[in-house]
Amino acid sequence: MDNTEKIKFVIDDKVCYAEPGQTILEAAKSNGVYIPSLCYIEGVKPPGSCRICNVRVNNRNLIACTTPVAEGMIIDNDIPELNELRKAIVEMLFVSGNHFCPGCEKSGNCELQALAYRFQMMVPRFPYEFPEKGVNATSKYIFHDRNRCIMCKRCIGKVMKDEKHVFAYNSRGGEHLHVVMDEELASQLTEEEATEAMDICPVGAILKKERGYYSPIGHRKYDKESIGSDIEKK
Amino acid sequence: MSKPVIATATLAGCFGCHMSLLDIDERILELIELVEFNKSPINDIKTFTKQCDIGLIEGGCSNSENIEVLKDFRKNCKILVSLGECAIMGGLPAMRNGIPIRECLEEAYITGPTVRMNTKKILPNDDELPMMLDKVYPCHEIVKIDYFLPGCPPTADLIWNALLALVTGDELKLPYEVVKFD
Ligand code: SF4
Ligand code: SF4
Repeated sequence: MDNTEKIKFVIDDKVCYAEPGQTILEAAKSNGVYIPSLCYIEGVKPPGSCRICNVRVNNRNLIACTTPVAEGMIIDNDIPELNELRKAIVEMLFVSGNHFCPGCEKSGNCELQALAYRFQMMVPRFPYEFPEKGVNATSKYIFHDRNRCIMCKRCIGKVMKDEKHVFAYNSRGGEHLHVVMDEELASQLTEEEATEAMDICPVGAILKKERGYYSPIGHRKYDKESIGSDIEKK
Repeated sequence: MSKPVIATATLAGCFGCHMSLLDIDERILELIELVEFNKSPINDIKTFTKQCDIGLIEGGCSNSENIEVLKDFRKNCKILVSLGECAIMGGLPAMRNGIPIRECLEEAYITGPTVRMNTKKILPNDDELPMMLDKVYPCHEIVKIDYFLPGCPPTADLIWNALLALVTGDELKLPYEVVKFD
Protein backbone atom coordinates (compact mmCIF):
# COMPACT_ATOMS: atom_id res chain seq x y z
CA MET A 1 0.00 0.00 0.00
CA ASP A 2 1.50 3.39 -0.90
CA ASN A 3 0.86 6.52 1.10
CA THR A 4 -2.15 7.58 -1.01
CA GLU A 5 -4.26 4.80 0.49
CA LYS A 6 -3.09 5.54 3.99
CA ILE A 7 -4.52 7.86 6.60
CA LYS A 8 -2.54 11.07 6.84
CA PHE A 9 -2.24 12.72 10.23
CA VAL A 10 0.12 15.01 12.10
CA ILE A 11 1.54 14.36 15.55
CA ASP A 12 3.86 16.83 17.28
CA ASP A 13 4.29 18.62 13.92
CA LYS A 14 5.43 15.43 12.20
CA VAL A 15 3.46 14.31 9.13
CA CYS A 16 2.61 10.62 9.56
CA TYR A 17 0.75 7.84 7.75
CA ALA A 18 -1.36 5.12 9.30
CA GLU A 19 -3.13 1.97 8.18
CA PRO A 20 -6.90 2.16 8.45
CA GLY A 21 -8.07 0.86 11.82
CA GLN A 22 -4.90 1.69 13.70
CA THR A 23 -5.28 3.48 17.00
CA ILE A 24 -3.45 6.75 17.59
CA LEU A 25 -1.02 4.92 19.86
CA GLU A 26 -0.18 2.21 17.33
CA ALA A 27 0.01 4.61 14.41
CA ALA A 28 2.31 6.94 16.32
CA LYS A 29 4.51 4.01 17.22
CA SER A 30 4.91 2.87 13.64
CA ASN A 31 5.89 6.43 12.73
CA GLY A 32 8.59 6.61 15.39
CA VAL A 33 6.61 8.70 17.85
CA TYR A 34 6.39 7.44 21.43
CA ILE A 35 3.19 8.05 23.35
CA PRO A 36 3.77 7.07 26.99
CA SER A 37 1.42 4.33 28.22
CA LEU A 38 1.19 1.70 30.93
CA CYS A 39 -1.83 -0.50 30.50
CA TYR A 40 -1.44 -1.04 26.76
CA ILE A 41 0.08 -4.37 25.71
CA GLU A 42 0.09 -5.89 22.27
CA GLY A 43 -2.50 -8.57 21.67
CA VAL A 44 -5.13 -7.38 24.16
CA LYS A 45 -7.98 -4.96 23.58
CA PRO A 46 -6.65 -1.83 25.32
CA PRO A 47 -8.55 -1.23 28.56
CA GLY A 48 -7.78 2.51 28.52
CA SER A 49 -7.44 2.30 32.26
CA CYS A 50 -4.18 4.10 33.08
CA ARG A 51 -4.94 7.35 31.16
CA ILE A 52 -1.25 8.03 30.62
CA CYS A 53 -1.55 7.98 26.83
CA ASN A 54 -3.69 11.12 26.93
CA VAL A 55 -3.16 13.17 23.78
CA ARG A 56 -4.81 16.37 22.60
CA VAL A 57 -6.81 16.60 19.39
CA ASN A 58 -8.64 19.85 18.60
CA ASN A 59 -8.21 20.94 22.22
CA ARG A 60 -9.84 17.78 23.48
CA ASN A 61 -8.04 15.15 25.51
CA LEU A 62 -8.36 11.67 24.03
CA ILE A 63 -7.02 8.29 25.05
CA ALA A 64 -4.54 7.28 22.33
CA CYS A 65 -4.75 3.52 22.93
CA THR A 66 -8.50 3.33 22.26
CA THR A 67 -9.11 6.12 19.71
CA PRO A 68 -8.71 5.21 16.04
CA VAL A 69 -6.62 7.65 14.08
CA ALA A 70 -8.59 9.66 11.50
CA GLU A 71 -7.64 11.45 8.30
CA GLY A 72 -6.30 14.94 8.91
CA MET A 73 -6.03 14.62 12.69
CA ILE A 74 -3.63 17.09 14.26
CA ILE A 75 -2.36 15.59 17.51
CA ASP A 76 -0.37 17.11 20.35
CA ASN A 77 1.54 14.54 22.37
CA ASP A 78 4.94 15.62 23.64
CA ILE A 79 3.88 18.97 25.11
CA PRO A 80 4.52 20.26 28.64
CA GLU A 81 0.82 20.30 29.58
CA LEU A 82 0.33 16.63 28.77
CA ASN A 83 3.63 15.49 30.18
CA GLU A 84 2.80 17.23 33.43
CA LEU A 85 -0.55 15.46 33.55
CA ARG A 86 1.14 12.12 32.87
CA LYS A 87 3.71 12.80 35.54
CA ALA A 88 0.91 13.52 38.01
CA ILE A 89 -0.71 10.17 37.20
CA VAL A 90 2.61 8.39 37.70
CA GLU A 91 3.06 10.15 41.04
CA MET A 92 -0.44 9.15 42.08
CA LEU A 93 0.33 5.52 41.26
CA PHE A 94 3.50 5.71 43.35
CA VAL A 95 1.76 6.98 46.48
CA SER A 96 -1.24 4.67 46.21
CA GLY A 97 0.97 1.57 46.38
CA ASN A 98 4.03 0.50 48.32
CA HIS A 99 6.81 1.14 45.86
CA PHE A 100 10.03 0.43 47.70
CA CYS A 101 12.10 0.30 44.53
CA PRO A 102 15.43 -0.54 46.20
CA GLY A 103 13.83 -3.74 47.50
CA CYS A 104 11.88 -4.71 44.38
CA GLU A 105 13.11 -7.34 41.95
CA LYS A 106 11.46 -5.52 39.05
CA SER A 107 13.52 -2.39 39.64
CA GLY A 108 15.35 -1.30 36.48
CA ASN A 109 12.91 -3.24 34.31
CA CYS A 110 9.71 -1.68 35.66
CA GLU A 111 7.60 0.46 33.34
CA LEU A 112 6.10 2.61 36.10
CA GLN A 113 9.56 3.42 37.43
CA ALA A 114 10.79 3.99 33.87
CA LEU A 115 8.06 6.56 33.27
CA ALA A 116 9.00 8.27 36.52
CA TYR A 117 12.59 8.44 35.22
CA ARG A 118 11.46 9.75 31.86
CA PHE A 119 9.47 12.52 33.53
CA GLN A 120 12.22 13.03 36.14
CA MET A 121 9.94 12.55 39.11
CA MET A 122 12.00 13.55 42.15
CA VAL A 123 9.16 13.15 44.68
CA PRO A 124 5.42 12.55 44.32
CA ARG A 125 3.36 15.64 45.04
CA PHE A 126 0.76 13.59 46.96
CA PRO A 127 1.02 12.09 50.46
CA TYR A 128 2.02 8.42 50.69
CA GLU A 129 -0.79 6.05 51.55
CA PHE A 130 1.22 2.97 52.58
CA PRO A 131 -1.70 0.65 51.81
CA GLU A 132 -2.01 -2.91 53.12
CA LYS A 133 -3.46 -4.82 50.24
CA GLY A 134 -1.61 -8.03 50.92
CA VAL A 135 0.71 -10.44 49.18
CA ASN A 136 -0.37 -13.82 47.82
CA ALA A 137 2.49 -16.31 47.82
CA THR A 138 0.45 -19.52 47.58
CA SER A 139 1.43 -20.35 44.01
CA LYS A 140 4.55 -22.42 43.43
CA TYR A 141 6.22 -20.04 41.01
CA ILE A 142 4.52 -16.67 41.53
CA PHE A 143 4.39 -13.90 44.10
CA HIS A 144 1.41 -11.63 43.68
CA ASP A 145 2.10 -8.40 45.58
CA ARG A 146 -1.05 -6.35 45.37
CA ASN A 147 0.66 -3.38 47.04
CA ARG A 148 2.49 -2.80 43.77
CA CYS A 149 -0.46 -3.46 41.46
CA ILE A 150 -1.44 -0.44 39.37
CA MET A 151 -4.67 -2.07 38.16
CA CYS A 152 -3.65 -1.96 34.53
CA LYS A 153 -5.57 -5.20 33.79
CA ARG A 154 -2.83 -6.58 31.53
CA CYS A 155 -2.69 -9.83 33.51
CA ILE A 156 -6.46 -10.22 33.36
CA GLY A 157 -6.36 -10.18 29.57
CA LYS A 158 -3.18 -12.12 29.03
CA VAL A 159 -2.28 -14.59 31.78
CA MET A 160 -4.22 -17.77 30.94
CA LYS A 161 -4.14 -21.39 32.08
CA ASP A 162 -6.08 -23.87 29.95
CA GLU A 163 -8.03 -20.97 28.44
CA LYS A 164 -9.05 -19.76 31.88
CA HIS A 165 -8.11 -16.37 33.36
CA VAL A 166 -5.63 -16.65 36.22
CA PHE A 167 -6.24 -13.05 37.34
CA ALA A 168 -9.55 -11.23 37.72
CA TYR A 169 -11.07 -8.03 39.03
CA ASN A 170 -12.77 -8.33 42.37
CA SER A 171 -14.95 -5.93 44.28
CA ARG A 172 -16.72 -7.76 47.01
CA GLY A 173 -19.20 -5.90 49.22
CA GLY A 174 -18.02 -2.30 48.83
CA GLU A 175 -14.36 -3.22 49.04
CA HIS A 176 -12.00 -1.29 46.80
CA LEU A 177 -11.73 -2.79 43.36
CA HIS A 178 -8.63 -4.94 43.17
CA VAL A 179 -6.99 -7.65 41.11
CA VAL A 180 -7.00 -11.13 42.59
CA MET A 181 -5.17 -14.29 41.62
CA ASP A 182 -6.98 -17.61 41.25
CA GLU A 183 -4.83 -19.66 43.61
CA GLU A 184 -5.67 -22.98 42.07
CA LEU A 185 -5.03 -21.93 38.48
CA ALA A 186 -1.91 -20.02 39.51
CA SER A 187 -0.41 -23.08 41.16
CA GLN A 188 -0.83 -25.01 37.93
CA LEU A 189 1.32 -22.55 35.97
CA THR A 190 4.60 -23.96 34.72
CA GLU A 191 7.83 -22.18 35.48
CA GLU A 192 7.87 -20.80 31.94
CA GLU A 193 4.29 -19.54 32.16
CA ALA A 194 5.11 -17.87 35.47
CA THR A 195 8.02 -16.03 33.87
CA GLU A 196 5.72 -14.94 31.05
CA ALA A 197 3.21 -13.65 33.61
CA MET A 198 5.95 -11.63 35.27
CA ASP A 199 6.86 -10.09 31.93
CA ILE A 200 3.24 -9.19 31.19
CA CYS A 201 2.95 -7.18 34.41
CA PRO A 202 4.46 -3.71 33.85
CA VAL A 203 5.44 -3.44 37.52
CA GLY A 204 6.62 -5.80 40.24
CA ALA A 205 3.16 -6.98 41.27
CA ILE A 206 3.66 -10.36 39.61
CA LEU A 207 7.10 -11.76 40.33
CA LYS A 208 8.56 -15.11 39.38
CA LYS A 209 9.73 -16.83 42.55
CA GLU A 210 13.41 -17.65 42.98
CA ARG A 211 14.42 -15.41 40.12
CA GLY A 212 15.76 -12.61 42.28
CA TYR A 213 17.73 -9.73 40.84
CA TYR A 214 18.51 -11.32 37.52
CA SER A 215 20.46 -8.56 35.81
CA PRO A 216 23.06 -6.34 37.45
CA ILE A 217 22.57 -2.60 37.87
CA GLY A 218 23.72 -0.89 34.69
CA HIS A 219 22.48 -3.75 32.48
CA ARG A 220 18.77 -3.50 33.10
CA LYS A 221 16.26 -2.36 30.53
CA TYR A 222 15.89 1.25 31.63
CA ASP A 223 19.26 1.91 33.27
CA LYS A 224 20.79 3.80 30.36
CA GLU A 225 17.96 4.52 27.94
CA SER A 226 14.56 5.92 28.73
CA ILE A 227 11.34 4.06 28.08
CA GLY A 228 10.16 4.84 24.56
CA SER A 229 13.61 5.66 23.23
CA ASP A 230 13.58 2.43 21.16
CA ILE A 231 10.48 3.71 19.35
CA GLU A 232 11.88 7.20 18.90
CA LYS A 233 15.12 5.90 17.43
CA LYS A 234 13.41 4.09 14.55
CA MET B 1 32.45 36.63 50.35
CA SER B 2 32.23 33.79 52.84
CA LYS B 3 31.69 30.28 51.59
CA PRO B 4 28.25 28.66 51.66
CA VAL B 5 27.84 26.45 54.74
CA ILE B 6 26.61 22.85 54.53
CA ALA B 7 25.27 20.65 57.31
CA THR B 8 24.25 17.00 57.01
CA ALA B 9 22.33 14.47 59.12
CA THR B 10 21.32 10.84 59.09
CA LEU B 11 17.88 10.06 60.50
CA ALA B 12 16.40 6.59 59.84
CA GLY B 13 18.95 5.82 57.16
CA CYS B 14 21.92 3.49 56.71
CA PHE B 15 24.64 6.07 56.00
CA GLY B 16 24.67 4.94 52.38
CA CYS B 17 23.75 8.42 51.16
CA HIS B 18 26.66 9.91 53.10
CA MET B 19 28.90 7.24 51.56
CA SER B 20 27.65 8.30 48.17
CA LEU B 21 28.53 11.90 48.99
CA LEU B 22 32.07 10.71 49.70
CA ASP B 23 31.92 8.82 46.41
CA ILE B 24 32.44 12.08 44.52
CA ASP B 25 36.09 11.03 44.92
CA GLU B 26 38.69 13.69 44.16
CA ARG B 27 35.97 16.25 43.58
CA ILE B 28 35.78 16.40 47.37
CA LEU B 29 38.87 18.63 47.23
CA GLU B 30 36.99 20.96 44.93
CA LEU B 31 33.99 20.85 47.26
CA ILE B 32 36.09 21.86 50.23
CA GLU B 33 37.26 24.89 48.26
CA LEU B 34 33.68 25.81 47.47
CA VAL B 35 31.91 25.25 50.79
CA GLU B 36 32.39 25.00 54.51
CA PHE B 37 30.94 22.13 56.56
CA ASN B 38 29.13 22.67 59.83
CA LYS B 39 27.17 20.09 61.88
CA SER B 40 27.69 16.72 60.17
CA PRO B 41 28.72 13.14 60.96
CA ILE B 42 31.47 13.59 58.38
CA ASN B 43 33.44 16.04 60.53
CA ASP B 44 31.77 15.00 63.81
CA ILE B 45 30.58 18.54 64.62
CA LYS B 46 27.67 17.75 66.90
CA THR B 47 25.87 21.09 67.26
CA PHE B 48 25.16 23.95 64.91
CA THR B 49 27.66 26.77 65.45
CA LYS B 50 26.14 29.10 62.86
CA GLN B 51 23.29 29.51 60.42
CA CYS B 52 23.80 27.17 57.45
CA ASP B 53 22.87 27.54 53.81
CA ILE B 54 22.24 23.93 52.84
CA GLY B 55 21.13 20.99 54.97
CA LEU B 56 21.31 17.49 53.51
CA ILE B 57 18.99 15.01 55.20
CA GLU B 58 19.45 11.28 54.84
CA GLY B 59 16.77 8.93 56.20
CA GLY B 60 13.11 9.32 57.08
CA CYS B 61 11.54 9.86 60.51
CA SER B 62 11.16 6.69 62.51
CA ASN B 63 11.37 8.02 66.08
CA SER B 64 10.99 11.17 68.15
CA GLU B 65 14.71 11.99 67.95
CA ASN B 66 14.58 11.96 64.12
CA ILE B 67 11.83 14.58 64.27
CA GLU B 68 13.74 16.73 66.72
CA VAL B 69 16.89 16.67 64.57
CA LEU B 70 14.92 17.37 61.42
CA LYS B 71 13.16 20.36 62.97
CA ASP B 72 16.50 21.63 64.25
CA PHE B 73 17.88 21.42 60.71
CA ARG B 74 14.88 23.26 59.32
CA LYS B 75 15.52 26.03 61.82
CA ASN B 76 19.22 26.26 61.09
CA CYS B 77 19.37 25.76 57.31
CA LYS B 78 18.09 28.04 54.59
CA ILE B 79 17.66 25.18 52.15
CA LEU B 80 16.81 21.60 53.11
CA VAL B 81 17.41 18.72 50.73
CA SER B 82 15.96 15.22 51.12
CA LEU B 83 18.84 12.96 50.15
CA GLY B 84 17.81 9.47 49.03
CA GLU B 85 14.77 7.22 49.07
CA CYS B 86 14.45 6.95 52.87
CA ALA B 87 14.27 10.72 53.31
CA ILE B 88 11.91 10.98 50.35
CA MET B 89 9.48 8.13 51.09
CA GLY B 90 10.64 6.33 54.21
CA GLY B 91 12.57 3.74 52.23
CA LEU B 92 13.22 0.25 53.52
CA PRO B 93 12.54 1.20 57.19
CA ALA B 94 9.02 2.14 56.06
CA MET B 95 8.39 -1.49 55.18
CA ARG B 96 7.32 -1.74 58.82
CA ASN B 97 4.49 0.70 58.17
CA GLY B 98 1.93 -2.04 57.66
CA ILE B 99 2.93 -3.89 60.84
CA PRO B 100 1.73 -2.86 64.32
CA ILE B 101 4.57 -1.38 66.38
CA ARG B 102 4.27 -3.97 69.18
CA GLU B 103 4.62 -6.79 66.68
CA CYS B 104 7.78 -5.17 65.26
CA LEU B 105 9.36 -4.80 68.69
CA GLU B 106 8.42 -8.31 69.80
CA GLU B 107 9.88 -9.80 66.65
CA ALA B 108 13.09 -7.81 67.08
CA TYR B 109 13.61 -8.39 70.80
CA ILE B 110 11.66 -11.46 71.86
CA THR B 111 10.38 -13.88 69.23
CA GLY B 112 12.83 -13.31 66.35
CA PRO B 113 14.97 -16.30 65.28
CA THR B 114 18.23 -14.55 66.18
CA VAL B 115 17.18 -13.44 69.67
CA ARG B 116 19.25 -15.39 72.23
CA MET B 117 20.10 -13.27 75.28
CA ASN B 118 16.83 -11.56 76.16
CA THR B 119 15.73 -14.26 78.63
CA LYS B 120 13.63 -11.82 80.64
CA LYS B 121 11.78 -10.90 77.46
CA ILE B 122 12.14 -7.16 77.95
CA LEU B 123 11.24 -4.63 75.29
CA PRO B 124 13.54 -1.56 75.40
CA ASN B 125 11.82 0.84 77.78
CA ASP B 126 14.47 3.21 79.12
CA ASP B 127 13.26 6.80 79.36
CA GLU B 128 16.43 7.94 77.59
CA LEU B 129 15.46 6.10 74.43
CA PRO B 130 13.57 8.02 71.74
CA MET B 131 9.98 6.94 71.19
CA MET B 132 9.31 5.00 68.04
CA LEU B 133 6.66 6.59 65.83
CA ASP B 134 3.57 4.70 64.67
CA LYS B 135 5.13 4.55 61.23
CA VAL B 136 8.11 5.89 59.29
CA TYR B 137 7.40 9.30 57.75
CA PRO B 138 8.95 10.94 54.69
CA CYS B 139 10.80 14.11 55.79
CA HIS B 140 8.58 16.41 53.74
CA GLU B 141 5.55 15.21 55.68
CA ILE B 142 7.20 16.59 58.86
CA VAL B 143 8.89 19.84 57.71
CA LYS B 144 9.13 21.76 54.47
CA ILE B 145 11.76 20.29 52.18
CA ASP B 146 13.06 22.38 49.30
CA TYR B 147 14.71 19.81 47.04
CA PHE B 148 14.70 16.05 46.55
CA LEU B 149 17.50 13.82 45.30
CA PRO B 150 16.22 10.28 44.74
CA GLY B 151 18.28 7.10 44.74
CA CYS B 152 19.29 4.32 47.09
CA PRO B 153 21.74 5.90 47.39
CA PRO B 154 21.58 8.89 45.04
CA THR B 155 24.52 8.61 42.65
CA ALA B 156 27.61 10.63 43.49
CA ASP B 157 27.11 12.48 40.21
CA LEU B 158 23.60 13.50 41.16
CA ILE B 159 24.76 14.78 44.56
CA TRP B 160 27.70 16.60 42.99
CA ASN B 161 25.61 18.19 40.23
CA ALA B 162 22.98 19.27 42.75
CA LEU B 163 25.44 20.75 45.22
CA LEU B 164 27.22 22.58 42.43
CA ALA B 165 23.94 24.00 41.13
CA LEU B 166 22.90 25.11 44.63
CA VAL B 167 26.24 26.70 45.42
CA THR B 168 26.85 28.40 42.07
CA GLY B 169 23.24 29.19 41.21
CA ASP B 170 23.71 27.51 37.82
CA GLU B 171 21.02 25.32 36.35
CA LEU B 172 20.97 21.73 37.65
CA LYS B 173 22.15 19.23 35.05
CA LEU B 174 20.10 16.06 35.17
CA PRO B 175 21.27 13.55 32.57
CA TYR B 176 19.01 10.49 32.29
CA GLU B 177 21.35 8.02 34.03
CA VAL B 178 21.74 10.00 37.25
CA VAL B 179 18.14 9.89 38.47
CA LYS B 180 17.44 6.39 39.75
CA PHE B 181 15.38 5.06 42.67
CA ASP B 182 17.76 2.24 43.57
S1 SF4 C 1 6.94 -2.11 40.95
FE1 SF4 C 1 8.30 -0.66 39.91
S2 SF4 C 1 7.86 1.29 40.91
FE2 SF4 C 1 7.03 -0.33 42.22
S3 SF4 C 1 8.67 -0.81 43.68
FE3 SF4 C 1 8.92 -2.21 41.96
S4 SF4 C 1 10.37 -1.15 40.62
FE4 SF4 C 1 9.59 0.39 42.01
S1 SF4 D 1 -0.96 -7.43 38.69
FE1 SF4 D 1 0.37 -6.33 37.24
S2 SF4 D 1 -0.55 -6.77 35.23
FE2 SF4 D 1 -2.09 -7.28 36.77
S3 SF4 D 1 -3.35 -5.44 36.96
FE3 SF4 D 1 -1.78 -5.35 38.55
S4 SF4 D 1 -0.12 -4.17 37.64
FE4 SF4 D 1 -1.43 -4.84 35.95
